[in-house]
Amino acid sequence: MSDVNNEALEQAPIKLVMNQLPAIDVPFESPLHHVELAKIAEHGESQGGVVFRELSLGLLTLRCTPNAEQATSIEAILGVALPSKPLTSVSSASGELTVMWISPDEWLLQVPQDKAFELETRFFAEVGGHYSLVNVSGGNTVFELSGEDVVKVLKKSTPIDFHDSEFPVGKVVSSVFAKSGATICRTAEQSYQLVVRRSFADYLWLWLQDASKEYGLTVTC
Amino acid sequence: MFHIFCPHCGEYREEEEFHAKGEAHIARPLDPDACSDEEWGEFLYFRKNPRGIHHELWVHAAGCRKFFNITRNTQTYEILEVYKLGETPSVVAE
Repeated sequence: MSDVNNEALEQAPIKLVMNQLPAIDVPFESPLHHVELAKIAEHGESQGGVVFRELSLGLLTLRCTPNAEQATSIEAILGVALPSKPLTSVSSASGELTVMWISPDEWLLQVPQDKAFELETRFFAEVGGHYSLVNVSGGNTVFELSGEDVVKVLKKSTPIDFHDSEFPVGKVVSSVFAKSGATICRTAEQSYQLVVRRSFADYLWLWLQDASKEYGLTVTC
Repeated sequence: MFHIFCPHCGEYREEEEFHAKGEAHIARPLDPDACSDEEWGEFLYFRKNPRGIHHELWVHAAGCRKFFNITRNTQTYEILEVYKLGETPSVVAE
């Protein structure tokens, strides 16, 4: 007979959350590690019209249709309410956390990489009811594109309208991007964040190099 | 190219982001075991192919990944209405 106490398990369901960063001394490997962005940043062009930076962020996908109770506890954890208006994003006062609207029952939470596990743990401890929260940091990476010619490069890659009247700061869209897909968020006047699939990171890096060739591409770290 | 209004995102997007999923409003028989072969065959395989107004199921595949319905004129390609699942179309063929 098993000595696992099933009754106790049923009474207090344990939600297993694994820290995707096993230890501080285990380095996180970027999907673009082979590109050696740090070397390009040091020796490459410095006056380009497009500035590329890869961000290492913790990404969590939240799926739920929050009831009043869940909405309250989620807001208590995040410090901001989930944006219910389509295609919008909100950031916490410290700027540490960004919540992006993905679909009517889905949000993407962005936090510093080492905070993802803490946030996930808090969610399962404090939010009850039916919902799903998954750490998707390992499957995605974030590119930050900025510079005065950034919109020209984006226009080559996706059919989205980037005119100021259509795409204000804070707007977030998911769309096709080159032959892949991306979630694009405008973070500042001339700065956009692209959340892309890890497996497409290399392809998109090659695409962005080609698309920004005529404006000059600066890599920063 | 179609310029399609996604009722979930609340804005127009290019057709490239969407996939057509065939005829809308196909109800699965409530008790499949009690269906005749003919009824089950109708449900699985037989679709309308009208000239004129047609209700279609589409998915915003690259965007919010939600399904919705489109009423479209198959002759002129004009999109007459977009509505969410569960809603009743206001434009129907006579």
